Amino acid sequence: MRRLLPATLLVSAGAIGYELLLMRTLSIVQWHHFAYMIISLALLGYGASGTFIALFRHRLEARFGAAFAASALLFSITMLVCFALGQRLPFNALEIVWDPQQLAYLSLIYLVFFVPFFFAALCIGLALTCRRAEISRIYFFDLFGAGLGAVFVIAAMFAVTVQNALLLLLALPLTASALMALRSSARVPLIAAQLAWLALIFAGVPHRHLDLQVSEYKGLSQALQVLDSRVIGVSSSPLGLLTVVESPTVAIRHAPGLSFNTRHIPPDQLGVFTDGDSLSAITRFDGELDSLAYLADVTAALPYALLGEPDVLVLGAGGGNDVLLGLFHGANSIDAVELNPQMTELVEKTYAEFAGFLYDDPRVTVYTKEARGFVAQTDSQYDLIHIGLLDSVSAAGAGVHSLNESYIYTVEAIREYLEHTAPGGVLAITRWLKLPPRDSLKLVATAIAALRSMGVSDPGQQLAVIRSWNTSTVLVKDGALTADDVDAIREFAHSRSFDTAWVPGIGASDANRFNILDQAYLYDGTVALLSEQANEFVERYKFYVAPATDNRPYYFHFFKWATLPEVIALRKVGGAALIEWGYLILIATLVQAAIAGLVLIVLPLWRVERDWPAGTTSRMGSYFLLLGFAFLFVEMAFIQKFILFLSHPLYAVAVVLSAFLIFAGLGSAGSACLARRLEARGRSPIVAVAGGIALLSVLYVTLLPLLFKRLIGYGDLTRIVISVVMIAPLAFSMGMPFPLGLKHVARTAPAFIPWAWGINGFASVMSAVLATLLAIEFGFTFVVLFALLLYGIAAKILTSSGYSSLSV
Amino acid sequence: MKVLACLLLFVSGVACAAEADYALARAALIDELELYARQAHGRDDIRIDGPALAAMARVKRHKLVPASERRFAYRNRPLPIGYGQTISQPYIVALMTELIEPDGDDVVLEVGTGSGYQAAVLAELVKHVYSIEIIAALAIRAEQDLRELGYQNITTRLGDGYYGWEEHGPFDAIVVTAAATHVPPPLIAQLKPGGRMVIPVGSRFMTQQLLLLEKTDKGEVITRQIAPVRFVPLTGEH
Repeated sequence: MRRLLPATLLVSAGAIGYELLLMRTLSIVQWHHFAYMIISLALLGYGASGTFIALFRHRLEARFGAAFAASALLFSITMLVCFALGQRLPFNALEIVWDPQQLAYLSLIYLVFFVPFFFAALCIGLALTCRRAEISRIYFFDLFGAGLGAVFVIAAMFAVTVQNALLLLLALPLTASALMALRSSARVPLIAAQLAWLALIFAGVPHRHLDLQVSEYKGLSQALQVLDSRVIGVSSSPLGLLTVVESPTVAIRHAPGLSFNTRHIPPDQLGVFTDGDSLSAITRFDGELDSLAYLADVTAALPYALLGEPDVLVLGAGGGNDVLLGLFHGANSIDAVELNPQMTELVEKTYAEFAGFLYDDPRVTVYTKEARGFVAQTDSQYDLIHIGLLDSVSAAGAGVHSLNESYIYTVEAIREYLEHTAPGGVLAITRWLKLPPRDSLKLVATAIAALRSMGVSDPGQQLAVIRSWNTSTVLVKDGALTADDVDAIREFAHSRSFDTAWVPGIGASDANRFNILDQAYLYDGTVALLSEQANEFVERYKFYVAPATDNRPYYFHFFKWATLPEVIALRKVGGAALIEWGYLILIATLVQAAIAGLVLIVLPLWRVERDWPAGTTSRMGSYFLLLGFAFLFVEMAFIQKFILFLSHPLYAVAVVLSAFLIFAGLGSAGSACLARRLEARGRSPIVAVAGGIALLSVLYVTLLPLLFKRLIGYGDLTRIVISVVMIAPLAFSMGMPFPLGLKHVARTAPAFIPWAWGINGFASVMSAVLATLLAIEFGFTFVVLFALLLYGIAAKILTSSGYSSLSV
Repeated sequence: MKVLACLLLFVSGVACAAEADYALARAALIDELELYARQAHGRDDIRIDGPALAAMARVKRHKLVPASERRFAYRNRPLPIGYGQTISQPYIVALMTELIEPDGDDVVLEVGTGSGYQAAVLAELVKHVYSIEIIAALAIRAEQDLRELGYQNITTRLGDGYYGWEEHGPFDAIVVTAAATHVPPPLIAQLKPGGRMVIPVGSRFMTQQLLLLEKTDKGEVITRQIAPVRFVPLTGEH
């Protein structure tokens, strides 16, 4: 026991660390959505481990120490091997719509990454099965280890590259293996194997194979194919892998939304790729504004046609182009907000000379903060708040099961921006334009909703929308646009051959003149959204364009089931781009997880000889299934809510995830003691716990928004402490149901323990995806309330099973 | 000797059989595309039933894709050709070819040779095609493949297509398959009045739209953004 508990902690830390690391890696070498899918299914290793233990329980129990040590060693080895192997499988995500063989490669990838998680979960499952007397303490060390591991790996990824973080991580289960091998029956071969592995790592043999294999179809790979281009700098952190590319022969020329009337060409640029894609350019600036003349001819320059010497806030500064845009147009001051400090460093220090010492300009002040958080905490008022082609870094980048959320483009966010514009000031947001319009229309809908919520009766008077062939810029003014404003907008658009999709007083004939669409979709859509028939329009539009809110912050979600048959049928005639892949991938993940779960757990469970009282399978199986769902539903919903409060996706994940895990662990450790005390007073522990969870959840769901508003002004550290204090009691209660149930099983049906572990693990995988799907449809509040219902049912099941802690 | 003769006969027989198979597959592809052409009624901008299909019926697409992809050469889908590039979906190639309204006297510029397929299709229809490729390996391979296929009216070079190919301009039509965030102003300058430029927009495997740029006789530029499918984003009347 002295060695088992720390060994459990180490394995658990390694497992969550590996999960977060893989998420980061797969986001770099593949795409975000696939990273999410692959990890979700790999975590089925947890579910499968339960089945394995159940099937071989007697043999494993007899050699518990050796089994644990071997499993931990295999975890360490496969962590590295699978990391290298998984990236070398010829999987091309983009070909999935065309080539069914890609699905086979995808399945292979799941399998490859499944293996390390299988071994990790095997260790912990074994501990819970074979050392039943200490279930609460083991589970505590499991959760506590996970909490520590999350913080450890996120911190490590700031300091070292992903590959080096991997090497640090695999030391954890290796140590666990050593601890457990020392007194085991097979200690000699085990220790020999451990030493051999250690020698292999130090001898450097594996290191070459750890290079990241970025897909050849990502922007970075494509840029590097170009004659004479090369990588000149790399910065790595959990916020993204930044790769700086220089292309002397064929210039980078990144100028989205540039008019085709322009006589100006972008000067030399350095390309900064985030996670192999998402190009942001650092433009050469020698102090001569003339060299930046092209910046006058992009759609994003629209607001400057209305303002003279404005005080500007740039959200998402990136490589600095929006700051240059401001300086070119004579801004009085520019506050530039950028989340990734390494990105800022590239412009401010590493390539400062190339960038013309842009951030040293007395008019420019740079803030390293998350965009929405900065706005919430500042008292400043701006003449222009500029958001250009910003896709937010979601928590998914940090590895939590989340996808697509963005707090930058919700109704509440737009309101907050408008509350920080000076009278007569302007909010300008530029987005890529898709055909038919999707996020441009949703942005218009969101702006209209925000204005209406501020009491504006005629939002159309404050709105302007222009488009080029690939970007659209939406302008929202604090106050009605004057006749002069409208003239300036028309003149700006006309002279650059941009179309005006909306301006007060626009006529239909104005809307589709230069970049002709077969129908003036953006104009028609804006007119409809401003009219009384806005709701009908949103219903009838084949993409989901209802505004995102803080409770349902899925701005990038456009999928409608009704559209699917039509767009699938249109695939062959060039309609593949109409399909909203993100959502389909989520659904596919859920379906695959369900099938895998059936095969890995339900089927074996059904077939195996049952060494336990009748009714256990259905009752306790349901109990652990429900717990697996409920725990993750609450955890994920609150992570999302706290992301807004902590306003930094990474700190939010690190703090909230770790706090949840650590306090749940403490709750687990205290569960036995609490159970005895409650029963001594004749109260059912599980009912008390479920009641506590329900009470706290409902309290938080109602009070948190108000509390957050009040407390958001405080510093980072204060808010982290507040968050931890708020999470503690809830997480503490949530840590109890699992060990309470498991101890009951230990007493009445010990052979069922591995199944319980497996079912719970399987439920966690399904629930991560389900939580996202439910949040997309109904919002986070619903997810929490639904989870409470599940806790209630679980409590009922356990009480009716005759649970009693007194006989333990 | 006899064995050698038999072997040669066998191998050439196999080769002929293979070529015949490809020819059949090519014909089947054209039939499939003709079917789609008939379904595009009501929209002039996505017709593909002009000379494009006839030209595509003559181009040996399978000789322009890597050996590993040859068996998919006549499927109506994009294929990887290495170096992160693709050969476009035949339907899209047909659409782009029709959009520039090729004429026997035309001189056409292509920026982004890739596999050389689009250049070959155009070469069947116009006087001369000038094609620029930015990735060395692809430029070399395409030049070789097109020469082997016997095209005399295609000139390729390795280089930066942003500035076009001034010594051979101005051009009756320009096709830009290289990805860019904006339309290069020098290319617009090298388009003849009355000329058309087509730019596919989207990712390598999914074309989102086709940008058609027309220069009027007076030198003004208008663009049309053409979705390759007939898809109305609203249900019901609008």
